[in-house]
Amino acid sequence: MKRRTFLQGTLAASAAGLAVSAGLLTPRMVMAEGGGAFDAKTMEEALKTMALTPEDSADIKIKAPEIAENGAVVPVTVTSGVAGTTEISILVDGNPTPLAATFILGEGTQPEASTRIKMGKTANVVAIAKAGDKSYTAKQEVKVTIGGCGG
Amino acid sequence: MSSIKLKAAVKDGTVEVKALMTHPMETGQRKDKKTGELVPAHFIQDIVVTAGDKTILTAKWGGSVSKNPYLAFNYAGKAGDKVKLAWTDNKGEKDSAEADVA
Repeated sequence: MKRRTFLQGTLAASAAGLAVSAGLLTPRMVMAEGGGAFDAKTMEEALKTMALTPEDSADIKIKAPEIAENGAVVPVTVTSGVAGTTEISILVDGNPTPLAATFILGEGTQPEASTRIKMGKTANVVAIAKAGDKSYTAKQEVKVTIGGCGG
Repeated sequence: MSSIKLKAAVKDGTVEVKALMTHPMETGQRKDKKTGELVPAHFIQDIVVTAGDKTILTAKWGGSVSKNPYLAFNYAGKAGDKVKLAWTDNKGEKDSAEADVA
């Protein structure tokens, strides 16, 4: 039931998008990193707000299911093999707001983070690792079986 | 009662921290089935995990993190460390939990 509600919500999201951006999501706390990147509606906008121009890298590994039956709970683990990684972000290019999470690593923390995210439809999970003033990215497609948008 | 389940244990030379939080994580884009109105956004925005007085992880989240969010990572620590996780959501609500590294 919850999944269904969530997915219907996703369907309605495009219509509701304006209302959301006008009212509900604006009074966000100012983020230390990324500014309003969580409000960004497209990948391009999110990357621009985060001031990142990541290059593709095989050192970024994403562990996520190829097929997710439940788009409301998709387990994702991102590991960065790039030395000096300080930040790991997880984005979903098909979501109404692509940026899902940013992890800022403390000293001695392994460049790996696991969490569970929502996906409205079949899309790419995009991981970005920041090291120094450079950033690296990788992506993996996750097929969402019961998708709100025909996925 | 805390809404956070926090576990930290030494594993392969590092400390594995696992946390499960109870939170609706509403995106603000979901409609209430009965009323047809949008459910207001309500999600965890900031998480700070410390070991002793050292910050080991800061997380910034949006509404696309799943309901009752899960978080796991490893850090260079030792048994006996006091790991503390604190979150703040977009409504300013807060919660925290502490665990000793086993």
